[in-house]
Amino acid sequence: MAHAQVLTEADNTRFHLTEDHHPENGTLLGFWIYLMSDCLIFAVLFACYAVLGRNYAAGPSGADLFDLPIVAVNTALLLFSSITYGFAMLSAQAKKVTPTLIWLAITGLFGLGFLSLELYEFHHLIHEGAGPQRSAFLSSFFVLVGTHGLHVTFGIIWLVTLMVQVTQRGLGVEMKRRLMCLSMFWHFLDVIWIGVFSFVYLLGVLK
Amino acid sequence: MSPDLVKTIFGRLTWDAIPFHEPILLGTFAMVALGGITVLAALTYFKVWGYLWREWLTSVDHKKIGVMYIILAIIMLLRGFADALMMRAQQALAFGDAAGYLPPHHYDQVFTAHGVIMIFFVAMPLITGLMNLVVPLQIGARDVAFPFLNNFSFWMTVGGAVTVMLSLFVGEFARTGWLAYPPLSYLAYSPDVGVDYYIWSLQIAGVGTTLSGINLIVTIVKMRAPGMSLMKMPVFTWTSLCSNVLIVASFPILTAVLALLTADRYLHTNFFTNDFGGNPMMYVNLIWIWGHPEVYILVLPAFGVFSEVVSTFCSKRLFGYSSMVYATVVITILSYLVWLHHFFTMGSGASVNSFFGITTMIISIPTGAKIFNWLFTMYRGRIRFEVPMLWTMGFMVTFVIGGMTGVLLAVPPADFVLHNSLFLIAHFHNVIIGGVVFGMFAGIVYWFPKAFGFKLDPFWGKVSFWFWQIGFFFAFMPLYVLGLMGVTRRVSHFEDPSLQIWFVIAAFGAVLILVGIIAFILQIVVGFMKREQYADLTGDPWGGRTLEWSTSSPPPAYNFAFTPVIHQIDAWHDMKQRGYERPTTGFIPIHMPKNTGAGVILAGISIVLGFAMIWHIWWLAVASFVVLIGSAIVHTFNFKRDYYIPAEEVVQVEDARTEALRSLA
Repeated sequence: MAHAQVLTEADNTRFHLTEDHHPENGTLLGFWIYLMSDCLIFAVLFACYAVLGRNYAAGPSGADLFDLPIVAVNTALLLFSSITYGFAMLSAQAKKVTPTLIWLAITGLFGLGFLSLELYEFHHLIHEGAGPQRSAFLSSFFVLVGTHGLHVTFGIIWLVTLMVQVTQRGLGVEMKRRLMCLSMFWHFLDVIWIGVFSFVYLLGVLK
Repeated sequence: MSPDLVKTIFGRLTWDAIPFHEPILLGTFAMVALGGITVLAALTYFKVWGYLWREWLTSVDHKKIGVMYIILAIIMLLRGFADALMMRAQQALAFGDAAGYLPPHHYDQVFTAHGVIMIFFVAMPLITGLMNLVVPLQIGARDVAFPFLNNFSFWMTVGGAVTVMLSLFVGEFARTGWLAYPPLSYLAYSPDVGVDYYIWSLQIAGVGTTLSGINLIVTIVKMRAPGMSLMKMPVFTWTSLCSNVLIVASFPILTAVLALLTADRYLHTNFFTNDFGGNPMMYVNLIWIWGHPEVYILVLPAFGVFSEVVSTFCSKRLFGYSSMVYATVVITILSYLVWLHHFFTMGSGASVNSFFGITTMIISIPTGAKIFNWLFTMYRGRIRFEVPMLWTMGFMVTFVIGGMTGVLLAVPPADFVLHNSLFLIAHFHNVIIGGVVFGMFAGIVYWFPKAFGFKLDPFWGKVSFWFWQIGFFFAFMPLYVLGLMGVTRRVSHFEDPSLQIWFVIAAFGAVLILVGIIAFILQIVVGFMKREQYADLTGDPWGGRTLEWSTSSPPPAYNFAFTPVIHQIDAWHDMKQRGYERPTTGFIPIHMPKNTGAGVILAGISIVLGFAMIWHIWWLAVASFVVLIGSAIVHTFNFKRDYYIPAEEVVQVEDARTEALRSLA
């Protein structure tokens, strides 16, 4: 850290630096803090689900609705996309532009697959009359899962943007920093999904 | 055109939305329009548009952004205070057969707008503005960590304020009270655009607040000058850090809960409905999990200001620096453990209520420690009774009274009686005016010479202080009395004539505060007119102790020609004591961020998006959302965000200062 530059004895009478001073870049810390603020939004949605998740209003419950095999495939898609993003970062560290782009593209495809399955599930539920208006349980289900899905959507838009920029500018410090931010975002969504999967789906079908 | 087509194009926006039949609103509109046109015409006539755009609106300079935040706050203070005067007048008049001059649906909008504006668009911009202006200077940095984000945050805050102001003339504002509790805020009971204006203005401004919170945390953590360990940071920086931690840890909850209310209103979900398994108390809990930290977000920086002011104007180092820091941190943590005291009457049972009652009372311990620290700093100090010091002493008296009524309210059985009464209104105005407003005014008077290079007029400053101080007691002590007599809040008409005298006294107090506000503005105007006389050429007009006073007033764009090195808590005092000599040679080019118009553009599009959502103009909402995302992406393709100030320019600026200092000596 900038201020951790050790001050020697001679420095004790020195009141300013004579050389150029650059504090360490704070983007990654800032992005971490942003992710934690986003995490709080999910915390609220999880809390709502915890409170309202059994208020079926004489409508269907999770056990009636959830189709675990589809959700399992969905979970696998997202987890694999995190691995492939990891490979993209490894290629980026090695400054290999084409492999980076390929791994990013694969990650994006996994993300798209995830979204398509989620949309299919939503469509199916609404079609069956189990839309978000049906009960507080379904409201909190749709908004929690849907907010995660929206995040994935923005992640994909961001991923495509970064792919264009990597193509244009290669893998300099700035681009690697941007890839790192998206990487954190992507893995963060994975962690949230694990929460959704266990808390909403697995516990949901138990009842 | 067919009605369907009109509805597709304009949503629910019709000519009925313009309040032609409301003379008060029309008059206000005429005044605002006239004032606005005059300002715009003057700007055009004096050809300052280019200057404004280049030097201010697109600026990423933390000092200018800070000043703009404070200007926004002062403008919105006039609006919010106009609402207050209207309420005081209505309640002083409307007894028995007299209905007053405000119909209930208008009165309800007035008290809602008053609360929303005062908290979100006066208090928040004041603290964010002051933190922006001061924190980078106090830690010896050249700017904040993310200068563009800072500009963007400011414009999103403006976007929220513009949206609230729009509701005055197009449609109406919420009639729900400032937190828009469901089920009242739900579609069935608030079908109009009022609650939607509320939601979207707060969401737009909330983006700005959260981002500026992140920005300032990273700034303080990463950009302190060499040698400034955490326990050598100035107290204002410490309180700012804690306040911003609170912002980041609480505003997302507001965002989420408002989004859920939006879902209920737009998608007909059942989060906070009374049927289909919804639970309105979820909303009340969640919004106070944000709302209680919010009051500490506001007051902590004010505590920081008082700490700086007390030690400067007593010419002593602050008594109990470490205890001050620990008290701040303890308050930060405790502020998350008290939210339920806002609704003891929910019926959560004796155990839960006692827990939250006790945590609430515990907060008064670190706060009391702070008060004693300030008193001990004053003890045997060489006190100079300048205007910032007056605000500080006024604060100590007023805030302690507010704190004690707060402890009263923290006792659940007492709260059952006083809940929702004017006693509560008196209590929180007592702490917010006595704490936040006095603190911010002290801060503005204290740091004004740093920002502009001349002091404010002390005569009008003192007039402002005394009218605020006395006006406050006249305006709010009667509300304590009325509250104890059982008068509830948000009532526009009373039957019992024996209450009237108290409301008349309160209205008189509000007029005194009005004089205080006018005098506050006059101290700026007169100060500007006498700026030669009040000029500060030293950069250290008060005998300050922290780094911001080591540079010139106003500071150059780069703040410090060379990054300072810190050895002690009061770094500048230490430098002065040890005969520090300002460097006059050896200047090098300085790396700085570039201005950008992206913040103005993105916030402008956000206003359009909010407006379209409020009026259900779906095509415009979709279009503006796509354009918003598109513009943000385009902005990320701009990689040329910085430049170097050439060494010659630094030499020029610094030589001018050397010359100015020599002329003084």
